[in-house]
Amino acid sequence: MLDFFLINIILLAMVTATAIAAAHVRNLLAATMLMSIYSFLMAMVWTNMDSMDVAFTEAAVGAGISTILILGALLHVGTEEKPTKGIHWPALLVVVATAALLLYGTLDMPRFGQKDTPAQLNPVSISYIKQDCPRVADWNGHHEGEVVYGKGDYYHGHAPNFVTPVIVSYRGFDTMFETTVIFIAGMSMILFLRRRRKPA
Amino acid sequence: MKDNTILRIATKTMIPFIIVFGLYVIFHGDLSPGGGFQGGVIIASAFILYGLVWGGDEMRRILPRWLSDTLVAVGVLMYAGTGMFCLLSGYRFLDYSAISPRNNPGGDVWGMNIVEYGVGFTVSMVMITIYNEISEGTVPEPGEKT
Repeated sequence: MLDFFLINIILLAMVTATAIAAAHVRNLLAATMLMSIYSFLMAMVWTNMDSMDVAFTEAAVGAGISTILILGALLHVGTEEKPTKGIHWPALLVVVATAALLLYGTLDMPRFGQKDTPAQLNPVSISYIKQDCPRVADWNGHHEGEVVYGKGDYYHGHAPNFVTPVIVSYRGFDTMFETTVIFIAGMSMILFLRRRRKPA
Repeated sequence: MKDNTILRIATKTMIPFIIVFGLYVIFHGDLSPGGGFQGGVIIASAFILYGLVWGGDEMRRILPRWLSDTLVAVGVLMYAGTGMFCLLSGYRFLDYSAISPRNNPGGDVWGMNIVEYGVGFTVSMVMITIYNEISEGTVPEPGEKT
């Protein structure tokens, strides 16, 4: 348990340092690279918390593709930030107030790894975990990490990674319209930024 | 950047592996972490890497704009079409058991996979489209060919 906390503390300290450096540095190319490092460190934090899907998305999207797209945008806007003078006090106030609100919100959250949270006790999560995931301690007395194949009552032809059924089956509408949002983003890029054809 | 030998050789070696890994992530979305979104982004990054090294025009030669634009729509159609198929077979929208009613949970796996492929198509092609459009000049020039 101690090593878990040590790794987390070191990772979070590095995340904070990277974030401060990214906000401080004047060169936008360096800031982009620092944001990419930030995403990779966050992916490690998620991995440490056993949320592999979130870590995967953070590494692929946050560190990978968005860095490339920001680099593409930097080709047009240049890499030097305009110098600003002094501290913008209203902006600082807004940021501090938002951070205080978020920290206040975390006071209500259950402790990490707590067993009897609503998310764990919800019938939906119980059914998905019991049916679909052979690797978690289930409600029939199997230990965590023990893989029980061929038992029949947890693998009803569903996907073993129970994040996927929750995303595309239980919340299929949600995912469908997320895909539509990405589709609309692509369409707006085509409509607004594509060079017009030569008028005939 | 295509005059740089190291870049050229390294990207040519890496691109097949990136694409295969992206396909693996999409196809194993129901077995392991990842899925259509992450796999689509990985596949798009392979094409964008090619475009960064060889230039956007060379990338658009192997993946022309009409094809990427079409596949963006095909992905959403695969998702919504699965839902409509379930609806027209007398089930609820996106109720995947309509796909193979006899072998009930098997339909779930098929439905989830088809839907993930749709998400993968849309995400990868939208990322390529975004790269295409911001890597070029944003000012439309009347005399310029597309």
